[in-house]
Parts: sequence; structure tokens; C-alpha cells
Amino acid sequence: MDFALNDIQQMLQDSAAKFIQNDYDFETRRRLTESELGYSEENWKLFAELGWLALPFDEAYGGLGGSLTDLIVLQTELGRGLVVEPYFSTVVLGGNLIQRHGSESQQSELLERLIAGELKLAFAQAEPQCHSSITDIETSAERSEEGYHITGHKAVVLGAPSADLLVVAARTSGNRGDQNGLSLFLVDPAQPGVTMQAYPTNDGFRGAEIRFDSVKATLLGEVDSAYDAIQATLNDAIVALSAEAVGVMEKLLNATVEFCKVRKQFGQPIGKFQVLQHRMADMFMECEQTRSMLYFGAITVAGGGEEASHAASMLKVKVGSAGRLVGQQAVQLHGGMGVSDELDVGHFFKRITMINTLLGSRDEHLQRLIRNAQAA
Amino acid sequence: MNIDLTGDELAFRDEVRAFFQNELPPQVMEKIQRGLRISRDDQIAYQQALHAKGWAGANWPVEYGGTGWSATQKYIFNNEAATAQAPRIIPFGLTMVAPVIYTFGNEEQKQRFLPDILASKVWWCQGYSEPNAGSDLAGLKTRAVRDGDHYIVNGTKTWTTLGHYADWIFCLVRTSDTGKKQEGISFLLIDMNSPGVSVTPIITLDGRREVNEVNFEDVRVPVENLVGEEGKGWTYAKVLLTHERTNIAGVASSKQRLKRLREMLSEPPLGMPNLIDNSVFMARVMETEIELKALEFTELRVLSAVSTGKAPGPESSILKIKGTEVQQMIDELYLEASGHYALPFVPEQYEEEGDGIVIEPHFAPNTAPHYYNNRKVTIFGGTNEIQKNIIAKAVLEL
Repeated sequence: MDFALNDIQQMLQDSAAKFIQNDYDFETRRRLTESELGYSEENWKLFAELGWLALPFDEAYGGLGGSLTDLIVLQTELGRGLVVEPYFSTVVLGGNLIQRHGSESQQSELLERLIAGELKLAFAQAEPQCHSSITDIETSAERSEEGYHITGHKAVVLGAPSADLLVVAARTSGNRGDQNGLSLFLVDPAQPGVTMQAYPTNDGFRGAEIRFDSVKATLLGEVDSAYDAIQATLNDAIVALSAEAVGVMEKLLNATVEFCKVRKQFGQPIGKFQVLQHRMADMFMECEQTRSMLYFGAITVAGGGEEASHAASMLKVKVGSAGRLVGQQAVQLHGGMGVSDELDVGHFFKRITMINTLLGSRDEHLQRLIRNAQAA
Repeated sequence: MNIDLTGDELAFRDEVRAFFQNELPPQVMEKIQRGLRISRDDQIAYQQALHAKGWAGANWPVEYGGTGWSATQKYIFNNEAATAQAPRIIPFGLTMVAPVIYTFGNEEQKQRFLPDILASKVWWCQGYSEPNAGSDLAGLKTRAVRDGDHYIVNGTKTWTTLGHYADWIFCLVRTSDTGKKQEGISFLLIDMNSPGVSVTPIITLDGRREVNEVNFEDVRVPVENLVGEEGKGWTYAKVLLTHERTNIAGVASSKQRLKRLREMLSEPPLGMPNLIDNSVFMARVMETEIELKALEFTELRVLSAVSTGKAPGPESSILKIKGTEVQQMIDELYLEASGHYALPFVPEQYEEEGDGIVIEPHFAPNTAPHYYNNRKVTIFGGTNEIQKNIIAKAVLEL
């Protein structure tokens, strides 16, 4: 039994913490979110040099062969810095799908470019009607002599505006709701027939609505059988996102404690008031419990099987509940400054709030757990 | 990061599991199976069976007859005990006074008291709280005044758990009024049979006598019953509190209770409402399971730190609060699961000799008394509010 960081994890943590301290202060991050691109290409190159883009991929393709528990160490630090580079959409979602479902040649070609920092991805999965469901897919791919063509509407595709290539989930057979008949495709977003409505998100990232009108697409891996790869990738993604959430929450707690030590009212630091001390003790407990849940989630999801989805849902519920408490109380204890755009705290609050809406909210996952218990 | 047990630890787990399956005293085994209450004699028989196995002093150093178990072994033992629904070990002798005696007592005291504690031959109780010293324990007023070779003790201790079973009581008493109030406190061992000691029952909300008030009226206590130095009692008690206390969160037993509830939800016994289709209730079940799973991993994190020789991190401070909160969440789930059969008050149905009304489902009539009684867990051992004060001060440095 061991929860200590190993050497690789310690190195990852140190390098990420150093990057955020030296190159990613809050004002720098603000300028990036306000820039046209929305992040820094230089940072992306640095991520490649530091090996972060190679972390979860097989050594055969130039990856580091890192585990899910390695990934959560990095993701937690990225959370502390509110890093907006498209790491999640490219590495955690897109790259993971290619590694899980791509053919041998697709894996070697695409992952090599990704690892070198030359390929950014976005996963176009959700649709306006389906939110977090994997199988409720209407977007379809038709096969003709010239290959596959995709038609449909993909919703809130994170990282899409900067993606070189889209990974698109589409139906090749079966009906809405079926597990069978789902396939993954690679789509060049620059081609005719792709309409992209790009927008910033509330928490400083970029996303888009994408409409495909009979757009040429390359099949990723085998046809009709992508469900397992999508589900496994989304379970990993819940763990990675939760790790980011832990970083965000711990930052919110620390900022609040430090603020309450120096903010004086009624002639003393407000941190001396017991009602506020207990609130911060509650925040602390929620942070620790969420970190514990993260470890459970990482270990269980890495183990695969039916337990993986169950554990991912449990983790997402905890992150949703705890994130809300920690975020709201951090703003509350900062008083008026908590709702000002100027201070970083509000931006961490924005991120933790949006994390709950990603990959299925607390309420959605809670309902999943209940339905599974009822079906058992 | 892994939660795997080593080969030796797995072998140990199997040995402990076999003990709980095969070597419990028959009368204890039978009562567990029939869901009956454990008596004083059963309790002693159980602890003596552990002693016969060499497992009574789980926390004790080997030189005093302890097991010398690692933190992980203690965790495994507690897990298996909970899974087997074994009685809890009454902590006052084996896990509370013994560490003070073997750490701060003199040679004579060690020889006089430790063997009987280990063999569960002597029943101890705790004399800390007083009617006017609860959370502010250092304000205690029970006084021990030196008179030749004796202390004369006067005062009142309260909430004394199972004091009516006890042969001895370990007390915090005031021996001085000068200086800081903590510095006037001493640690004194008192024979409950001494003239002037009287025990009065306090009936709790479950209608039972579990706690007592203990009065001392001019009780003569030999000075050799003072542990360590006069005026150092507070320090000893604090060391005891921070002394590694495994199982404080009660994770294993909460897991066992939730598991049984889930089984009953799937196949409700006659008389239990069908709750599995009630999504409002099921949401509470799931959230309790999630909180408990998080707590289990918090405990494992503490264990991992301790077993690699590090001090437990700040996460250890939340075990008591979260553990007791989860216990009470489960109490509420059981209350709901009892439906209207939470109403009958028939405590005799859990007694071996009970020959009155028997209500089914068997568990139901006990859920309300247990729920009422178990409000204590967020109050005793330092209220959860005091625990939050400690987190604010010691962890957040506010």
C-alpha cells in the first residue's frame, strides 16, 4: 500500500509547478485568454519539450508510457495554474482515442506528430440533444466509393477552433441509443462543408458548434465498434478532469485561508472568527475527501472492467458536490472581491463550476449510479 | 500508487478471517448470528479469546505482551472484525489507559496493571468529563488533595461509559490551582470499590443505561496510583489522544452496515418498504457510499504515510469528523428503511432471554433507539465543532 509519488511523478509535479510559477502567473494567463488564439503556441512547444504531450502514450510511438496516476499528478498542477492550453482536448481525449481505437499506422503517424507538438486534436462527440450520453448519436457517416462522408451537428466541442484534426463520433449503423454501430472518424476541419461557430467558454477556454454537411472523413480503426474505446477514454477523462478539479479546489482553499489571515474587519483578521474558521475547515475536508476519491477513481478506472464506469461516476459526483461548496465559499469569504473580475479567485470559481458541466454533471452521474443499482 | 496488500499481509488477513469464522466463543457467535445484544460476560469472553490468540494488545509494544502489528496489520484486523460483525473492543483498558501506563508509569505500575488489562481480567472506565467541564476539559474541578500517603478525592465525573461494569477508573484530577489550568491536572488511577465512590445511571435516549455519573466523596487513593508526575496529567492525556488511534473513523463497520442495507434493498424482508425504486432515497444511499469510499481512501492515505515511517498528514484530522458524519448518515438510512416498524419500542427482542413481542423485520425496532443513541458520536471524543477548531488552528494556521 503506497500513495507516495514515485520519481517520475515527483519530476512531473516539480516541472509543472515550476512552469506555472515562472511562466504562467494570473495576468499572463489573462492575456492568453484574451488573445485571438486563446493560448500560447510557445507554451505548447514547451509542453512537447517537457514530455507532457508524450505522457500517456505507448513507448512504441515515442510516448512515455505513463499511467493514469502519472497523468493526475500533471493535471492537478495544470488545475492550480488554470492552464488553458488545449491539453485536455488533444492529449486526454483525442490522443487517447487514437491510441485505443486507431489502426497501427494511424497510431504511429498521428501520435508521433501529437507528441512532437505538431498536431492538436478535438473530440466532437456530444450533440445538442444528448449531453453526456455516449450512444445518443444522430450524426451519421455514409459510405460510398470515395469513402465516408459525415453529416450532423456536434455541440460544445472543446478545443475545436485550434484543432488540426477532429475526432468525430458518428453512427455507421443501428439507431440512436445503440452501443453497436458507433464509429470514430478523423475529419479535417478546414475542408468545405464544415461550418464552425467558435466561441470562448465561461472559464477561459475555446469551443465551437460544428455542422458537417456531407464532409469527407477517414475511419479511425474498425467500423461500428468504437463504443468501448469511447467509454474507456471518457472514464480516463473524468479522472483527469477531476485531478484538475482537485488542483483548482486546493488553490481556492489556500487563497481563501491566506486572504482571511490578512483581511481585517472589526479590528482583527477575519480568519479569527469561528464561523469563518469552521467554513474553511469544511472546505479543507472537502478538498481532502475529493483527493482521496480521485485516488480511488484513478486506481479503479485504470483497472478497467465494469467497476471503471461505476468509479468514474462516483468520482464525478464527489467533484461536483465538493467543487460547488469549495468554490462558492471561497467567493463568499472573499466578500466583494470574490465577485470581481480582477482577482484570480473568481476565475478559479468559474473553472470549478464549468468542470461540473463537463462529461456529465453531478446530478447526471448520481442518476446513473441509482439506475445501475435499480437494474442490478 | 497502489492499494495492494503484500503476500505476508494477505496471509495475515486469511489468518484473521479464519479466527473470526471459527474461533469466537460460541455464545458470542450465536448472538451475532441472531442479532442479539452482547452482555458484559460475552464481551469479556470475546476479549479473552483475542488474548488467548495473542491479539489483545493490538497497539501495544511487544515487550508488554502486545502484537507489534504494523499499521496495515491493524487495519486488516479492524476490517475483518467489522466484516464478521464482531463486538468492538472496549477501549478504556486496552487502548486508552494501557498506553499511558506503559509510556509514563513506573515499573511497579506496569507489573501491577498491564497483565490484567491485557487479559481483560479488570474492566476500566474513563473519568475525564465533568458536569461543568465538557469541551473545555481543562476546566475540570474534581480535586485530589495530598494527605500523607494518600490523595483525598472529591468531585463528580460524568458520561462514564459502562462505569457500572468497571473495576477501576482512570481520572484526570486537579492537584493544583496555581499557574495555567492545564498544569494543575494529574492522572490518577482509582479502585471503583474504594469507600466514597458511587455510580449513578444516566439513561440515554434509547432507554438504556450505557453512561453514568461517578461521584467521589472523600475517596482515599494511595499516592502510588498517581501515574507519572503530579501536574503532568494533561500532557499524558494529550499524548494519548494523539497516540495512534486506528479505527477512529469506523470505516470498516460503516462499510459492513451499508453492504447489509444494499442487500436488503435488493431483496426486502417482509415488512420493509420497497425503497430501491425511490430515487430520492437512493440518492442518499449513493452519496453516503461515495462519502464512505472517499473516507476509506483518506484512511488508506494516513496508513500509507504511517507505515512508511512518516507522520500522518493533515488529512488525518478529518477522520473523526467525516467518520462520525457517515455513521449518522447510515443511521438515517436505516431509520428510513425501517418504515413504520421503526415505531415499536421492544428492546427485549434483542435480549437472549427475551420472550415478549417479536417484530419483523428483526432489525427495524432497533434502528430508532440506535439512531437516538448514536447522536453521541459527533459529541464524544471532542465534539466535531472542537475538531474543526483544531483543523483551523493546527492545519490552516488561522
